[in-house]
Amino acid sequence: MNSEALRDLWLTYQSTVAFIGLNGLLALSVYTTLACGQLSLGQAGFMALGAYTSTILTLHAHLPFPVVLAAGTLAPALLAVPLALPVLRLKGVFLAIATIGFGEVVRIFFVNLDYTNGALGLVAIPQRTRLWTIYAALAGALFVLWRIRGSRTGYALEAIREDEPAARTMGIHADAYKLAMMVLGAAFAGLAGALDAHFNFIVVPSSYSFARVVEMLVFAVVGGTAVFYGPVVGAAFLTLLPEVLREVGSRVGMQPGPLRLFVNGLVLLLVILFLPDGLASLPRRIRRRLEARRAAAHAP
Amino acid sequence: MLLSLEDVRRTFGGVRAVDGVRFEVGAGEVHGLIGPNGAGKTTLLNLVSGLIRAEGGAISLDGRRIDRLPSHRIAALGITRTYQSIRLFPALTAADNVLVGEHLLRRDPLWKRMLFLPSVRSEERAAREKALHLLARVGLSERAGERAANLSYGEQRRVEIARALASEPRVLLLDEPTAGMNPAEVASIAALIRDLARRGHTVLLVEHNVKLVMDVCERITVLDFGKVIADGVPAAVAKDPAVVAAYLGAER
Repeated sequence: MNSEALRDLWLTYQSTVAFIGLNGLLALSVYTTLACGQLSLGQAGFMALGAYTSTILTLHAHLPFPVVLAAGTLAPALLAVPLALPVLRLKGVFLAIATIGFGEVVRIFFVNLDYTNGALGLVAIPQRTRLWTIYAALAGALFVLWRIRGSRTGYALEAIREDEPAARTMGIHADAYKLAMMVLGAAFAGLAGALDAHFNFIVVPSSYSFARVVEMLVFAVVGGTAVFYGPVVGAAFLTLLPEVLREVGSRVGMQPGPLRLFVNGLVLLLVILFLPDGLASLPRRIRRRLEARRAAAHAP
Repeated sequence: MLLSLEDVRRTFGGVRAVDGVRFEVGAGEVHGLIGPNGAGKTTLLNLVSGLIRAEGGAISLDGRRIDRLPSHRIAALGITRTYQSIRLFPALTAADNVLVGEHLLRRDPLWKRMLFLPSVRSEERAAREKALHLLARVGLSERAGERAANLSYGEQRRVEIARALASEPRVLLLDEPTAGMNPAEVASIAALIRDLARRGHTVLLVEHNVKLVMDVCERITVLDFGKVIADGVPAAVAKDPAVVAAYLGAER
């Protein structure tokens, strides 16, 4: 393969690589609240806030990109505090419904905001996000979650996920931890939104719909939430899959869009049925299977 | 008195589950709380540990009112508990369950861990060693790495006791630690409670096994229909006509 062909390949798939990183960050933002047992689905709203905050600062205030990114991260994180205080009193599906409501409120707010051109959104955003910026952000998020795991905080989160009242009677301030993880998840989603806006040139309310959160949740479930990097594995797999399917689809004469939805649903179903801990648990499963087989072979 | 309850009341619907209960637990005392089914024993423990709110009266630890505090604050003041229906963290190993119990004593902040400071690593090692030590004390050293869900019933109970002890509580609440156990397991729990007594722990023991309570407790409070019907040393309580009537039915 000559260097020109390599260059072509890179140009074709550069954006796919970028989307893997962005989707990974979004999947992690859903994971942060799942880690303490909360199904919070307001992440598209936080992402929208990050995207709009950063874009307005770029287009109207002409601030440098790092400042813009910081604002896009902090604004949703700050808003998560007053949202979490009442909403985290809810559990399970009730929390999910309340946070979906929040996401929809944010989207409809921007649809009706003339300052940001309503449903048409903001366009001609300068492309400031580079591939390395996305992956630095993803690495940062993974680093934070990796260090939380196994710490005093990490054990407190696991205890809350497993049995919240029991955790409370062990002296764990469950509400404070749940609030902190909601804020962290909002920060991740906001950062992803800001990076996404400055990569795709455009910010429109319709990209922050309920379907977007479901997509993030599917990344997390398919990748697995037993380990902190699982959601990134899921995001990478499901972002790459359509690229492969495009090839296959064109051969069997199917449109890539419907085929993608069908295969995503199928993957989700198969994972839930046969790999409840997600794709990230696959290496461990295979290793166990091999060990069991070896042990059986050695047995007299 | 370390733990005192004064006129504590709680109703569920029309049922007076706890109706004006008053008793005290002294420091270093193993205090039994017995009574027939539905007497309000578990409700009382739930009130003390803050899982439910009292509707009247006062619960104090060392003279400080705790009956309006959330359960994590009550735990921080020094009351931890076990549960009648075991509430371990099933996906965590036995050792990690106990490690969670150390939450209140550990101080290692997250930002230090983010910076890989060596002090955090030594603190973490000390915390894990302490958890293993506590598991050894309840006789579960070999099971430390097993997930709580895979442990036997008796083993789970002992992990729960180790977890409750991990925060070095001033008062330990044990809610029917021998429920559903075979005689051998009951004997091992009895030995464990006696060991706690010898080390000076303050224990409030809710238990159905009257023989065990008579055996290990210095004082006993008897509840019936949410009211205290007897309070005193085991020998006196056992002879109390009201207690006999509650357990065996009144003589006609």
